[in-house]
Amino acid sequence: MTLATIIENLGLEVKSASGDLTHEITGAYVSDLLSDVMANSKEGQLWVTLQVHPNIVAVATLKDLAGIILVNGREAEKETIERAEEEKIPLMTTRLATFQLAGKLYGLLGEC
Amino acid sequence: MDAEKAITKVQELVYEIKVNQVMVTDVITVSPHNLMSELRVLLHDKRISGVPVVEGTTLVGLVSIEDFVKCLSEGKMNNLVRDRMSRDVITLYDDEPLVRAVQEFDRRGYGRFPVISRENGALVGVITKGDIIRGLLKRIEIDYHEEEIHRYRASYFFEDIIADKTTLIFQYKVTGKDFSRAGRTSSGLKKTLRRMGIPPKIIRRIAIATYEAEMNIVVFTDGGEITAQVTPREIRVEAVDSGPGIPDIKKAMEPGFSTAPDWVRDLGFGAGMGLTNIRKCADTMHLESTVGKGTRLEIAVQLNGAVKHDSGDHH
Repeated sequence: MTLATIIENLGLEVKSASGDLTHEITGAYVSDLLSDVMANSKEGQLWVTLQVHPNIVAVATLKDLAGIILVNGREAEKETIERAEEEKIPLMTTRLATFQLAGKLYGLLGEC
Repeated sequence: MDAEKAITKVQELVYEIKVNQVMVTDVITVSPHNLMSELRVLLHDKRISGVPVVEGTTLVGLVSIEDFVKCLSEGKMNNLVRDRMSRDVITLYDDEPLVRAVQEFDRRGYGRFPVISRENGALVGVITKGDIIRGLLKRIEIDYHEEEIHRYRASYFFEDIIADKTTLIFQYKVTGKDFSRAGRTSSGLKKTLRRMGIPPKIIRRIAIATYEAEMNIVVFTDGGEITAQVTPREIRVEAVDSGPGIPDIKKAMEPGFSTAPDWVRDLGFGAGMGLTNIRKCADTMHLESTVGKGTRLEIAVQLNGAVKHDSGDHH
């Protein structure tokens, strides 16, 4: 399933789309601990978090993640969006809380 | 790339690329009220075979070199363009895929098509066969270039260097407490290694270890320096700071042990997993620290046949 399809299905608001939205999404990782994401997320996964500072883009870049979804209606900092544009990391937001979003995402992607 | 594959790639591209991505937007036009004689300079100087005739922004016709020659042979060069142009012009929309343009070129045998906006019908460009070929070549070149970079391996990079011993050194300054710039060193090093053609698996391990080392400097110290040394055999990363130092390294190495303040933890850092992550990624790890003086971390990842042995080499 492509990121564009997920965005449409979950009604995500796209904050930065300079990256590749046609990317096949292989799974997702949910965590707010950056070191945990560094250690355990996998290339090509979507990352669900409530952290909004620019460093999340660095983590996503370093791990070759497919994109970041910010939950709970949290707004990304201006610099976070700028960096996402620069590094071509798709950045999305949702009003849903982590639990709801992860559930819906699991429904779409299954166990991967 | 074999011929069959090349054709498939081009076929794929003509569906993917839109007319407005390859058309020329800087279009030379004439008014229907121009004289045919005024076309001479235009057709000759610009070496074009046909000019769109535009009134306001609306395309009203096309006047070709044939129209001009005919007019010339009839000796009626004081005719208005309006009276000699062809009015039923075949046009393309700007958002159509290239394959439509290719079909029209095949079917009509014309040299060029005016392109109009689907929104307001205004003339927005002109497309020729040449534009299509250039557009396709450019795209294929980009794709090929990406593939080439992908193939370029570190071994080749070093093969080009003639020396008994080669070490490439990349140095980065890390600013303490500056979270907005944090991560730049590891991102920069990652990009550099990728350009050198280091295998992605190795790069990922170096990137994670360097990121954690960088974050430690940002969170706990007033700044430091990260140096990467690349040889044909291994990549060595050294992170040095003059921060507060680590009182108990053994304890610091325990997963989950953290001395990070709450506000740092709220940002998602300081989970006590940094050094654990570093150890997992590195083939060897060496950490030394003096309280009040600073900390020096050195890790290495082997490049050839990398066997990861957890030597627990820290003291």
